[in-house]
Amino acid sequence: MENLRNFEQVCAILKEHDHNPNRLIAILQAVQEVYRYLPEEAMTFIATSLGIPPAKVFGVASFYAHFTLEPKGRYVLKICDGTACHVKKSTEIEEALRKHLGLSSQNPTTPDMLFTLETVSCLGTCGLAPALVINDEVHGLLSPQSALALVQEIQDREAAVHA
Amino acid sequence: MKRQTLKIDNTPVSFGEERNLLEVIRKAHIELPTFCYHSEMSIYGACRLCMVEVEGMGMVPACSTLPAEGMVVRTTSEQIRKLRKMVIELLLASHVGDCPSCSKGPSCQLQKLGQRLGVDKVRFPQSRTPVRIDLSSPSLLRDPNKCVLCGDCVRMCNEIQTVGAIDFAYRGSKSTVMPCFGKDLGEVECVNCGQCARVCPTGALVPRPNIDEVWKALHDSSRTVVAQVAPAVRVALGEAFGLEPGTITTGRIVAALRRMGFDRVYDTSFTADLTILEEAEEFLARKKEGQNLPQFTSCCPAWVKFTEQYYPEYLGHLSTCSSPQQMMGALCKASLKKLQNIPAEKIVMVSIMPCTAKKYEARRPEHSRGDEPDVDLVLTTQELILMIKESGLVFNQLEQESFDMPFGFTTGGGVIFGNSGGVTEAVLRYAAEKITGRKDSNYIFKAARGQEGLREFSLTVEETQLSVAVASGLGNAREVIRRIQSGEKHYDLVEVMACPGGCMNGGGQPISSDADYKAKRTCGLYDNDKMLQLHKPQENPYIAEAYEKFLQKPGSHLAHELLHTTYSPKRRTSGFAPEPEQEEGQLEISICFGTSCFLRGAQQLYSGINAFLAEQGAKAQVSINATFCYERCDRGPVVKIGEEVLEHCTLDQARAAILQHLAGRKAEVQI
Repeated sequence: MENLRNFEQVCAILKEHDHNPNRLIAILQAVQEVYRYLPEEAMTFIATSLGIPPAKVFGVASFYAHFTLEPKGRYVLKICDGTACHVKKSTEIEEALRKHLGLSSQNPTTPDMLFTLETVSCLGTCGLAPALVINDEVHGLLSPQSALALVQEIQDREAAVHA
Repeated sequence: MKRQTLKIDNTPVSFGEERNLLEVIRKAHIELPTFCYHSEMSIYGACRLCMVEVEGMGMVPACSTLPAEGMVVRTTSEQIRKLRKMVIELLLASHVGDCPSCSKGPSCQLQKLGQRLGVDKVRFPQSRTPVRIDLSSPSLLRDPNKCVLCGDCVRMCNEIQTVGAIDFAYRGSKSTVMPCFGKDLGEVECVNCGQCARVCPTGALVPRPNIDEVWKALHDSSRTVVAQVAPAVRVALGEAFGLEPGTITTGRIVAALRRMGFDRVYDTSFTADLTILEEAEEFLARKKEGQNLPQFTSCCPAWVKFTEQYYPEYLGHLSTCSSPQQMMGALCKASLKKLQNIPAEKIVMVSIMPCTAKKYEARRPEHSRGDEPDVDLVLTTQELILMIKESGLVFNQLEQESFDMPFGFTTGGGVIFGNSGGVTEAVLRYAAEKITGRKDSNYIFKAARGQEGLREFSLTVEETQLSVAVASGLGNAREVIRRIQSGEKHYDLVEVMACPGGCMNGGGQPISSDADYKAKRTCGLYDNDKMLQLHKPQENPYIAEAYEKFLQKPGSHLAHELLHTTYSPKRRTSGFAPEPEQEEGQLEISICFGTSCFLRGAQQLYSGINAFLAEQGAKAQVSINATFCYERCDRGPVVKIGEEVLEHCTLDQARAAILQHLAGRKAEVQI
């Protein structure tokens, strides 16, 4: 029933924004919160209820880096590769996480949909370099080992919940 | 408004209400280069080719600068020349330049401007990664490798046609014009009008060619290849051979087709006359009974698909008459055996049309009998031009010839079909005489003519008051329907042609560089009408003969079978499949959330059903899904409960059906 609950939320979001096509970006942001990405059917439905062509909605969704058209994992790991983090060897952290999770740049999400690994250019927390953001939480002054420990902690917690 | 003056290249130029500096400069007979400027669409300012120097302002794009009193403008300078060349070079660096084999040929604006501006080398390496050519649409070929991102097609589709099937997607170097979600054009709401191809400056959007199939048929001696030529073709084809727009070249087109090997050459205007008899009879019957008014014309396949997608509740208003193209196809295949001993299976029906949507129309299942389509192949005017050139025929030197009989005789009524307002006028030529019962020497209905995209008029014929709307451009058609829906206006007859100005400006017509080409082509068709001896479709002796020998009378059973068609609601995009989340033994309920159902309250229905299930404590026994478009849009909201489909579903009906199904299941389990 998860899809359906999501769908109800999309309806609520549209209502909150008065079905106003000028608020498309805000609507897409809120819908992405619900699904963690923008599924095609949600975008088609948004287009329908705002009375605009789906190509327009897709144009906006594909323009902004903030929007994602692919399903993302429940935990999005954003490794900063800005100048400060880069000189503090952020690439080594990235490598370690990729290896641990079995990911590549073409394949950024784990099959169990738990993790997505992304690089970003500067989080503005250069004092904490190298930095990693897990969902909305910033972790700084990391080493490959401490980064792996953070991920392992999540994996253990999730395994415990499912067991 | 007071005339003001500015200076362009040291020459004083006066201006009034021009909407930008570009139009003032062009009025001064300086052809500033542009890609993204079309006077009928919004100003975009993307291509930067119209940059000029204005004293005190520096370099400005002329398209998005307002003219002002005393402005001093230079349209050429060292800097401007450099900039224009650079723009073209950059575009060429991201454009697949297969010019010799590109069907856009000499009408390519990029090629023209490259040559005109003296771009003799491209200093930048090719930067584009090749992508797949989209061949999904029967009407249009989309080659993103040739796109220069001017956005002309996007604005045409959005602003003039209000369809919005294509738009910009992604960003920066990844920017692409594409249908929603990267789908193919044949899978989305594109109505195939081809106006995007008309404004595309390159070969990124062109009519989907069918030239090879036609040659193949012509070279197969076992087939009888029959051509039909639409009215709008004859006033535009000559442009490709240096003739003025509007020059009537019917005789040479017929001659060229015979040289190429067509066995019969008929005139689509003949079946336009026939359409009028059927359509006007239908209209008079509806008027008498007051049913399904206004009657919408149905000869434009882009408008028909538009109605099926966006206004399914108005499908009953469309005339059931097939278009003249389809009537000719059906008529030839059904009657040439009897009339000329040519069996239907030997006939290859090829129509020559100003229109890309006709390619789609010919493939509609409604227009096939068994596996046999009434019209086999459709060529646009552009394609026929290419074939004439390929044949090496010196078009302007051809001796004129006339159409074959019996389907080559037309009245002026059938010829003016190519202009917006022409169908209306032809219907009135028939209906007025029918209402009064008297022959009338007047055949011109001036009110139906005009250049505006939306025209309304009323006329009184004896006691009968007729109120008419004529729209061209689908945005105008939307406005007509809005006026009907809001109750603001009542019409008896609504004529719609998807292309601005009508078929003479169709997506398959040659691309003109004459600023006045629309008016000239329109005038050409009206002149053609004047030069013919007969103007009223009902006076066409061969139509009378066709009824006598074959079709019985207008509206007869056989006429209905051959000359009329049906319509059905169509989804806009190939949608998402419903996601089954069903568990074993659950009752499946699917609610359509397509646009029409949505507008008819699918969402409220959905909430209501959910609340009802909670109230019944039945949530676990049911799986409820939102699905996408059952193509029953005129009967929405549509809910499927188990195997039962409920149309015009109300909450009460849904509740009752759910209870019944659940009770049925319980009984089954007990057995």
